[in-house]
This record gives sequence, C-alpha cells and structure tokens, in this order.
Amino acid sequence: MASLPAETSDRRQRLFKWIDARLKIQDLVDYMSHKVVPLHGHSIFYYLGGLTMFLFLIQVATGILLLMYYRPGADSAYESVKFIISEVSFGWLIRSLHSWSANLMILVAFLHMFTVFFTQAYRPPRELTWFSGVALLGLALTFGFSGYLLPWNELSYFATRVGTGMMHAIPFVGQYLLAILRGGEEVTGATIGRFFGLHVAILPALFTAVLAIHLLFVQRQGMSEPVSWHVKAADKKKYMKFFPNFLYRDLLLWLVTLNVLALLAVVFPDGVGVVHWPLGAKADPFAPPPEVIRPEWYFMFAFQALKLLPARVLFLEGEQFGLVLMSLGGLIWLLIPFLDKRSKRNESSPMWMGFGIVVVAFILVMTISGYLIK
Amino acid sequence: MVLSIVLGAPAMPQSAKQSQCVVCHMEMESDTGPAHDFSFDIHFQKGLGCADCHGGDPDVDDMDKVRASAGWRGVPGRSAVPEFCGRCHSDAGYMHEHNPRLPIDQLDKYKTSVHGQRLFQKGDPKVATCVSCHTAHKIGDAAMPHSTTNPANIPSTCGACHSNAAFMAEYGIPTDQEELYRESVHGKAVFIKKDLTAPVCNDCHGNHGAAPPGASSLSAVCGMCHAIEADLYVSSPHFEAFAAQGLPMCETCHGNHGIGTPTHALIGLREGQLCGNCHSPGEGTTAPQQIDSMRAAFESLTEAVDSSQHLVSEAAVRGMMVTDIEFALKDIDQVLIHMRSSVHAFDVDSLIPYATDGLEKSRAVQAGAAALIHEYYFRRWGLGISSVLITFLAIALYLKIRALDRPRA
Repeated sequence: MASLPAETSDRRQRLFKWIDARLKIQDLVDYMSHKVVPLHGHSIFYYLGGLTMFLFLIQVATGILLLMYYRPGADSAYESVKFIISEVSFGWLIRSLHSWSANLMILVAFLHMFTVFFTQAYRPPRELTWFSGVALLGLALTFGFSGYLLPWNELSYFATRVGTGMMHAIPFVGQYLLAILRGGEEVTGATIGRFFGLHVAILPALFTAVLAIHLLFVQRQGMSEPVSWHVKAADKKKYMKFFPNFLYRDLLLWLVTLNVLALLAVVFPDGVGVVHWPLGAKADPFAPPPEVIRPEWYFMFAFQALKLLPARVLFLEGEQFGLVLMSLGGLIWLLIPFLDKRSKRNESSPMWMGFGIVVVAFILVMTISGYLIK
Repeated sequence: MVLSIVLGAPAMPQSAKQSQCVVCHMEMESDTGPAHDFSFDIHFQKGLGCADCHGGDPDVDDMDKVRASAGWRGVPGRSAVPEFCGRCHSDAGYMHEHNPRLPIDQLDKYKTSVHGQRLFQKGDPKVATCVSCHTAHKIGDAAMPHSTTNPANIPSTCGACHSNAAFMAEYGIPTDQEELYRESVHGKAVFIKKDLTAPVCNDCHGNHGAAPPGASSLSAVCGMCHAIEADLYVSSPHFEAFAAQGLPMCETCHGNHGIGTPTHALIGLREGQLCGNCHSPGEGTTAPQQIDSMRAAFESLTEAVDSSQHLVSEAAVRGMMVTDIEFALKDIDQVLIHMRSSVHAFDVDSLIPYATDGLEKSRAVQAGAAALIHEYYFRRWGLGISSVLITFLAIALYLKIRALDRPRA
C-alpha cells in the first residue's frame, strides 16, 4: 500500500496532537492498539455482540424519527401510525426498518447469548458480563412487548390483552401487577400511555446504562478465550489486532447487515411469514377477537408451553405452574456462571451443555409447534 | 335440572313441572309430540302450562276426570283456533300482565285478511290459522332463530301452503312465489348475506292482516323502504301514464316476488331491457334519446369505476397501502347508488350531476393509485441504488481488510 505524502501525514499528526492536548486520547489509542481478539474456529461468534449493538443503534435512530410523528392515545395512536406510513416521506421505510431491526436484534441477541453459553464464555471473571448480557436480552424483549401495542391495531390490541393477561396467573400479586401494567382492569388508552413511556423513556435509559456496563466489562476483560486454550502453548495461540483488523471486519458485517435490512424493509415493508406487522384495522375493544391470536415469534415458546399445560397441575393452576417452572429455568440460566463449577476450572461441562441443548430444543419445538398447532 | 341442561332443553318452570299433563303425555309420546315440543314454546318459557290453554285440572292423572273438570276446553277445531288464541291475545288486561309490548289486535286483523275472510265468511277449513304459521306447541319469539316466524324462516312458513301446488290448486293463484323470492335480490339478501332487515313475505303482505297489495297500494308497500325512488317516481311522467293504463307502478318494471338486482343494463330499448317493453326507437318522442343518454351516463361512470378498481388492485398487489383510496372507491359506489335511485325521475338531467361527481372522484382514485404504483417503482429504484452504494463501500472495506492482513514485505 502506498504511504501517504509526508505533508498529509504531518498535518494528521498535528491534528492528533491538538486533540490529544485537550482530550488526552493517547492512552486510549495505546490501549486499543494493544487490544487483541483470539483467533480460533469459533471467532465468528465474537461479531454477534457488535452486530446486536449496531441493530440497537438503528432502533434508536429510526425510533427517534418515528417519535416525531407518533401520538400516543386511543384516539391518535393508530391514526398517527397510518399517517407515518401513508403521508410522511419515507415514513413507511422508517417504520419498516424499525420493525425489521427490532426482530433481527432480538434474533442476534439470542444467538449471541447461546454462543456465549455453549463456549462457556460466562466463566470467571466474566460472571457480571453474563448477567448484564442476560439483562440486556430481557430489556430487548420488554422493548418488543411494549412496542407491539403502540400502533393500537386489532392484532396488537388482542395480543397485548392475552400477553398482559398472563400476569393474572402470578400468585398473590398478579391482579395488582396487571392493573399497574394496564393502567386499569382492561387494555385501554391508559395502557398505551404506559407502554409508550416504557418504550421511549424508561427502557432506552435502562438499556443504555446496562449496555455501557456490558461494553465496559467486555473492553476491560477482553474477548473470552476458548476453554481448551487453558492448556495450549502460548506460541500456538493466535490473535488478531482489535484495531483496526477486528473493527474493520465488524464494520463490514454491519454494512452487509444494513444492505439486508434495506432489502427486507423495501421488499417486505409489513414483514413476511410469522414476522409481520401489517397495520390492518384499528383496535376495537368491542369487536370479536381474531380467530388466531399469536404473540411475537420470540414469545411463542412461552405462550405455547403455557397453552399446552392442563388446567391444574398439582395444587397450582396450569398457567401458574408454567410460570413458576419457566421462572425457575430462567433463574438457573442466569446463575449458570456459579452453578457450572467445572467451567471455573477451565474444563468443559457436559451436563450444563446438555442443559443448554435441552433449553434450545424446548424453545425450538415450542415455537414451531406454536405456529403449526392452531 | 341436570338432565334438562345435558339435553339442551330449558329448565321446567314450577307450574309445568307439577303438571300431570306433561307427565302422562311424555310417556305416551315417542321423541316428538306436544309435550316434547312445548319445552321450546314461548308460553312454556313464560311460565304458562297446558291448562292455561286447554283448561281442566292439571293435577289429575285420569283423562276422563280431566275432561270432566272445571274449565276444560280441550283441543279446538281448526276453525276455532283464532278465537281460541284470541281469548288471551285479544285481552288487553291479560296481555298487559304477561307481555305488554305485544299488540292485541291480531284477531281483528286476521278477520280482515284473505285467510280470515275465507275462514269466517266462507267456512274454508284449509286456510291458514294461527297454528299454521306459529305452530301449536312450539311457538317461538320471532327474534329466535328456531321460530317459524323468524324472518329467515318466513318464506318457508308461507311456502308450506303457498308452494304446495296440489294444496293451492282450488284457489287459482301461482305457487312459484317462494321459488322466485329465493332467487330475487331480497331473497339473496336474506339467505346469502344473512341480512334479516331485507323484506320477506310479511313485510309486503302484512302479518295477521295478510292480503295481496293492490295496484294503488304498491307505491306505499315498496316505498316503505325505497322512499326516494317512490318520491321521484310519483313526480315523474310515468306516474300518470301508468295510472291511466291501470299498471302497478314498481311491479310493472321490477316484477314482484322475483325482483332482480337492479343494474343499468336494464335501461335500454333492446330485447331484455325494461324500457323496450313500452318504448320503441321510432316512437316520435324524446324518450328513446333520454334512455340512450341515461344508459351512456351509467356506462361512462361504471367503466371509470372498473378502471379505478383495476388500478387500486394493481397498487394493492404490490403491497402498497390502499386503504384511503379504497374508501374513495366506496364513495363512488355511493354515487352510483344515488344515480340508480335518480333513474326513477326518468330525466337524464337528474343523473348528470351524479355522473360528473362520480367521474371526478374516479379520476382522483386513479391518480392516487397511479401515484402509489409510481411510488412502488421509486422504492425499488431507491433500494437498488442504495444497495449498490453500500455494496461498493463493503467491497472497498473488504479490500482494505485484505491489505491489512497481507504480511508486510
């Protein structure tokens, strides 16, 4: 590669010195230039976290644009979304990008979490990185749930009614939680207000804070090396420089994703298959519910599992039993860095990997059967 | 109680449960019969029992003793049925107590009906009485789907006698009314669209005072629903011309039981078109020209509507949002409905404002649909250009990465 002319190089150095004198960025540059990424058969998994963040950034950008026209309320939400997609220049594209990137973000976040799980990257000292990552996925799912109601159409209204109705199954406090979430006994304009506040203020603030913590951990601890590297000779280990080699690859993947996103948003502005968000008819609480009410695809496994449970299991209602069981499963999943003792010794853990496979199989089977069984 | 829930029958009120009539008759009947049917009867549901109509003592289990008991009325003969039912239904005090919203003039009206006149004046035992239409022991509220007087069942109820050629032979009236009605625009509204507000037999002929409407009363019958058309017709030149020839107003063009769907294809002088029944091209009046102009006005608008619908469909299959222009299309449908009503003035000038309005709206719909189709291609081009740019950037970055990875000399 041809080197830059001496004059240009000199000008850059002067600019860098000018900035460094004010912001002290030399330390950061030194740190970045020493940061490396392990190179092995599963290095591709390292890109999933960055990709999730890229999709989140698209969410933020398109969300801010939608916010300029969206008006929460039972009398204005549907009308404003209709206005956005039919009257506002490129409004349809912004809504479509927002919806597609939301779905892709959750998909990539799930993949990120499972690859971290199966590579045991949660092992010490990365327990807190794991916790913050699981929290981010939880927040992303809450983003999806709260955003789904905002268009206030028939589909979102009834799905939210069913989704929030599950709160009822929580023992003792279910009824109160339901009222707090809905802003009353039923899904009404008050619910839109709450979900809107959650979606555009509370969740973004929380997500940004947890994401900052998550990134801080990742930067300070570096990328997790495979378990097998513990016994590998130092000269056999291969690394790639984070800057610019890994970062450029990250950017390349982001560009490819942006291209795919643009293609999806233009060709399928209302989504396709099980991932769809047509505006349809305005929500009418007095209308009969649609024949088939389904949640978003990422909630389907839980919805289907609860649906398949009998009315009563032991001394609990079916839904209560299901919620207790899934909560326990979630808690075990969250606490895996502490439960997987072998990983602390840099050993692989067949039992916990088996547990992970069962969880993935459960999610896949329940999700697929949810769409196949009416 | 449990058994009645399981069998789907309503629970028996106390009075009927204690009735010995039901106990014995249920044993004597197989699966059907008065005692079985009565559980579906509105009188039973209101708490009345067998003795309220038939008299006698309902607590006695010996039939001879029942017949000898006080108030025994037994089973009325066919010609006695109207008075038998009227005993309660014409009693204002009694009906006020049981069902104050029900009129009490059914018997009086029945006596004025063709059925009633033949029964009471000619002693014709075949004519319809209360039980012919309402049944004897399974009488239902007309709002209930199983009731013989529910609008959806009325054509079959009337047709039970009026479609029976052998039964009606001696009266010399047609027996194809039900068949014609089922194929008519009204019949299709009731049976296919399930629109129970559409007229059935009794809406034109009356209920208890049933009679065929005469030529002079037809405007009132059809005009009950088609008020605008009736008003326009009365002010039109056809009103006096038809009256002078003794022709019934609506029926002359539209028929009666088999009224077809009105379209502008009926306007014209060719065979099969209505105007040609009386008018001819060389009759020496302005009518043939008016007829041609009216038809042309309809054709220009319907062609424009067809083109608009085609364009809207083209936009819709491309995934564009067409709800607004679909609403605008519905507006044109309204214009067409007004235009069809205005035909009854038989004056082309009354159609022109509607046709002009409809054509303007149609042009707006076509422009909207064309803009959406243009937008669709604009989006595709935009996607193509942005994809090329992003791909170019990605390739440049890829080359940069390869250059970085290449071992330095």
